[in-house]
Parts: sequence; C-alpha cells; structure tokens
Amino acid sequence: MLEELGTNDQGDMIINVGPQHPSTHGVLHLVITLHGETVKKVEPHLGYIHRSIEKMSESLSYRQFSYVTSRMDYLSSHINNHACALAVEKGLQLEIPGRAQYIRVILDELTRIASHQLWWGALAMDLGAFTPFFYSFREREMINEVMEETCGARLTMNYIVPGGVMFDLHPDFQKKVKLFLAEFKSKIHEYNELVTGNVIFQNRTKGVGYISKENAISYGMTGPSGRGSGFKCDVRKLHPYELYDQLKFEEITEEGGDAFARYMVRIREMEQSMNIIEQLIDNIPEGDIQAKTKAVLKLPKGDFYSRVETARGELGVYIISEGGTTPYRIKYRSPGFSNLSALNDMAVGGKLGDLMATMGTLDLVIPDIDR
Amino acid sequence: MFSLEKLVSIIQAWLQSTLGDPWAYIVVCVMVGVAAIALFAILGLMLVYMERKVAAHMQIRLGPNRVGPMGLFQTTADTLKLVMKEGLTPDGADKFLFNLAPFMVMIAAMLILAPIAFAKNFQIWDISIGVLYVAAVSSVAVIGILMAGWSSNNKYSLLGAMRSAAQIVSYELSAGLSILAIVILSGSLKISDIINSQADGWWIIKGHIPVIIAFIVFIIAVTAETNRAPFDLAEAESELTAGFHTEYSGMKFALFFLAEYINIFIGCAIGATIFLGGWMPFHIGNWEAFNHVMDFIPSSIWFIGKTVFLIFLIMWFRWTFPRLRVDQLLNLEWKYLLPISMVNLLIVTLMAIMGWHL
Repeated sequence: MLEELGTNDQGDMIINVGPQHPSTHGVLHLVITLHGETVKKVEPHLGYIHRSIEKMSESLSYRQFSYVTSRMDYLSSHINNHACALAVEKGLQLEIPGRAQYIRVILDELTRIASHQLWWGALAMDLGAFTPFFYSFREREMINEVMEETCGARLTMNYIVPGGVMFDLHPDFQKKVKLFLAEFKSKIHEYNELVTGNVIFQNRTKGVGYISKENAISYGMTGPSGRGSGFKCDVRKLHPYELYDQLKFEEITEEGGDAFARYMVRIREMEQSMNIIEQLIDNIPEGDIQAKTKAVLKLPKGDFYSRVETARGELGVYIISEGGTTPYRIKYRSPGFSNLSALNDMAVGGKLGDLMATMGTLDLVIPDIDR
Repeated sequence: MFSLEKLVSIIQAWLQSTLGDPWAYIVVCVMVGVAAIALFAILGLMLVYMERKVAAHMQIRLGPNRVGPMGLFQTTADTLKLVMKEGLTPDGADKFLFNLAPFMVMIAAMLILAPIAFAKNFQIWDISIGVLYVAAVSSVAVIGILMAGWSSNNKYSLLGAMRSAAQIVSYELSAGLSILAIVILSGSLKISDIINSQADGWWIIKGHIPVIIAFIVFIIAVTAETNRAPFDLAEAESELTAGFHTEYSGMKFALFFLAEYINIFIGCAIGATIFLGGWMPFHIGNWEAFNHVMDFIPSSIWFIGKTVFLIFLIMWFRWTFPRLRVDQLLNLEWKYLLPISMVNLLIVTLMAIMGWHL
C-alpha cells in the first residue's frame, strides 16, 4: 500500500477520503486518484464497520435475528425488519391480519420520508449549505415522535415481528400522522425553494455523476439511485408485498441519470409516500395486530427469499433453513453495496466537488454496505 | 455630541503639551498600535458571536446562550480554550513556514486597517493612494494561505491552498475594477476624498445602475476574497475537511479564524466607505430637517452600521447558499464578473466624462 502514501508514477495525487471524513457519512474509506482537481479513480475500501451480521444471525432465533437488521441501514430500520418478517412469514405461510398490514405499510412510508429528509439535509451539507440540515431535522423530528410513541424507539424500531407488529398503535397515532402530513406538504415547498431552485445547487448537480440506464442495471443499482437513470426497479410495483398492489401511487423515474435526477426522484418520492399514507391512514381496520404463532418459530427445510423497497433500494433477505429454530445461513442483498459499486464509474472525470455531490445523491449508509 | 475626532484631538493636545515633539509622536504611534490590536480582538470576538447568532436564527436554533448574558462571553471562552490548547506542528511540516503563515495572514489583515476611516477625521493614515494600498495589501494574505497549505505537508491543505490562490488572485480583479468605478467618479484614490465626494449623496444612489452593478460585483468579490461560503472552497469542509488550515490547532488556528473575520470586516468597511459613503450620514436633497436629524447620529455609528449591514449580507450568503465547484468559481469570475465589470467601468467612465451622475 505504498501507493497510498503519495503520488503514483504519472504524478497523480493519491488521497485518502475517509474513514473519518465529513462527507462520507460514516466510516467509508475512498482512495482517490486525483489529477489536479479531476478525479481519475475512486476505490472504495470497506470493512471498517463490519459486524458480521449475517454470521451472527445464524445463532439467533427467527424472532431475534431481525433486530440486528435495524443496525444495518439504520435510516430505514423499520423496512429492514419488514423484509426479515416477510421472509419468515413466507416460510411459515402465515396470513397477516389486515390491521398489521396497514400499520406496517404506513410506518414503512413514514420511515422512507424520514430517511429522505435526512438525506436531503445531508446532501445540502455535502454541497456546502448547512441550513437545510436543520430544516429537514425539524420535520423529521415529527416522524421520530410518532415512531417513539408507536415503537418506543426513534431509530432502531424493532417493531415488526413475524406475524404482525409488536404492539397496537398509540391512540394519538392517526392525529399525529395527519398533522405531520399537513405540515410537511407546505414544508416540502420550502425545501424546493431553498435548495431545488437554487442556481448554485442546480449547477452543482446537473450533469454531475452521470450513469446510463444500462450501466445502472449492470451495476445492480436500485432504489432512487437506479430510478434516477430511468431504471424501473421499484419493488413495491414489480413484486408487490403487503398492501402495495391495492394502493394508487406512481413509480417515480427520471431520465437524467445525473445527480439532479436522483435528487428529484427522492423529492418526488416523498410526495408519493405522503400520498400512500393518506390513502391508508383513515382506513386502518380494527382487528388483531398479530397472527397466531407458536412461541418458538421453526421454518421448514428449504430456502426463502423476500424483497422490499427500502429508502435506498432493494433489500433482499435470503434464508436457508435446515428445519431448526435458527437459520442455517442468511444473506442480505443490501442496496447500498451495489449502489456504491457504481461510484467509480460515476465520479471519474469529474472534479473532487462532484464526487461529494455524487456520493450525496447515492445516499450511502455505510453500515448497510458493510453489515 | 459625541465625536471620536474631538477625543483624538484632546489626547493629542495633552500629549503634545506634556511630552514634547518626538516623544508625543512615539506615544501616539504606540497607542494607535495598541488600539488596532484591541480593535482586532474585539472585532474578532463580536463578529464570531454575531455569526453564530445569525446562523442560529437562520437555522431555527438559539445559538450561544449559556456563557454570560445572552451568551456574549461564549467567544471569549472559546478563545481561552484555544489559547490553552497545544499548537501542534506536524512532523513532516516545514516548521518555519508553518509557524510563520498564520502571522502573515494576520499581519496582512492588520495592515489594511490603516487607511479606513472609522469616523469623521478619524483615520490612522490618510494615504494619498488609499484604494490602491488596500487592493495591494489585501493580496498579500494569499501568500500566507499558500504558505500554510504548502508547509503543512498535507494533501488536503495543499488542495485548499491552491484553490484559495486561484480564487483570490482572480477575484481581486473584479474587486479592483469595481472599486475603480468609484475612483473614476470621485476623481481620487484617497479614502477621505472619496468619502467627501459623497457628502451630497452616496455613490450607490448618485451613480445610477452602473454603480449598483459595481457594488454587487464588489460584494461577490469580497465574499470570494475572504474565502466565505458560497466561495469557501479553500476550506470546503465537506470536501477538504478544513482546507488549508487542516493541520493547525490552538492559537495558530485561531489566528486564521480571526483573520477571516477581520478580512470580512475590512472588506465590508471598504465597501461601506466606497459605495455607501463611509461615515457620511444619509442625506436627501433639500430636506433640511431630515438631514439635520441624520447629522445628529455620530459618524462612527453611521460607519459601523453600514459595515455591519454588509457583514450581515455576507453571513446571510453563507448560511443560504451551497458551495460552488472550483471550475464554476473560476468561470463565474473570468466569464461573467470580469467582462461585466470591464464594460461597467467603461460606462462609468462615460458617465463621469459626460457628468451624468447626480
């Protein structure tokens, strides 16, 4: 690794961005080859926050292992739990009560909005504007309060269990969610005024970090990052789970393929999520919140796969069961890892500042990449 | 009425009568030096406090509010902390240049203070080429920044310093050209003459649209020259961690930090002097009563008020805009601001020749 210390034989500067760096949002380590200010190569080095969640899950029961996944993509922990629960339910062939399904979907979408809000603030910060971060946290706090009342946690929810959800809703839930929706509808306009319409912001993001649809598909980019290149990859539409096939919502795609397109996908997705919540919030049926399950879950021999759309893309949970109380092997297909793999392709040829814009619009969460 | 001019003449007369000629002059020099350094410290403390409060209110926060009344002593406490911290010098650094750099930046900032008129007839040095002096000395600061970046032996610092050099050298041009517009209109490089030429109205009002354009260009250039967001590429926290002062700590860092705020103050003070009439009160044509009321406000208050207003503008920029990219930054200067200010200069010259201004 002598190369990391200085320059290479072509006189290019080799510079370590991370593992401690303000805009890697975690312990991502990028080794960047710079020619002046122009990026020639980006090489991500992973492993700084590897906790071997997959191996750990092999010794945890089917009720326990989903709690660890809250620590993967901590911004959509609720959706991670959902994916795990879906895989186990597939194995047990459980019928989920309607009320639980409604609650799950509403909370999924709230999580998605909260995650996109944080991403919005963090992206603006990557581009050098500090104020939007505080604005986004103001609205995110409202969601966090709802989460706190409902799940007892603000970040690692652990609310979804195989068969349903852990507790019933707080009596104030509907009122608070509606309050949030009303508030956020006007605030998203503020977001657009402050950042989206800003000339500097548009110059910083338009035409930056371009990736074509073909490349996006071949790198396995999913979620808003893939949809920014026009790749229709929304799992909620392609392989609907829970209530998504009964809901009316648009799959947001943009054709630009640049940072601005990915930005717009997320902004418009927040509106779609609000739309979904609006359709559900008044119609939550009465009834059980959990299907009847045995105290100790045992999956039949075989393999089970579930996929959900997290705020970052497609999360796949693959369980191989030998028929025991713990999984034989678990594999997560995390969206962040595939999205990160495209970074080199997107950043090469741009300036150092473009790399930050590209990374910001990929919306990387490092514990999701490393697991 | 309170006036700094009277205060100065009283002190000077007293020194003259007690000490005699050579000593009185030396004592005055020392006093000016001490006053300048004290002004620096106070300005640094107050501007940092102001920035934190302005930022806080823009970001729906309260800002410092624990140390002292309304958090007024927060910056004092922070400075104390910085004084007590160890000033590290990295192993691979060029120790001499590394330690010299913060002082270079600081001294450059201090020198520009000389020709600024803080109130009526209250000026350290009314040099006949005042504007030229300001333009010349302000570009010395870039040497200090380059020195800091180069000697730190850190790639982030080097990148930051290179960006800063490119940026300051380019934006100096349009800052200079926009100042020249007023020099042409007032017919003098001397700061006091420029202020006196605005007795019947500030240039921004008298000079019609061309001067307003020059003023806007000047404000943009000052923001860029002081390395403030949206032109803070030399520091660029999210790209270069802290840019040219990544390796600095303790008081050496504090000097950079202080110099940044002093530079903002000076840039805004020059802007206020040249475009907004310096200490000149706001007068409207022949409204005698109104003009008398305006005259009653001390000239120092006028000057500080205008300067603080411009400083607020620059702080407002910082907390609103995202940062430009390095090529966009240079494009903005060389493709837009420079041609605009050149054409503008021609128009102003025409205006001055034809006597179109008020």
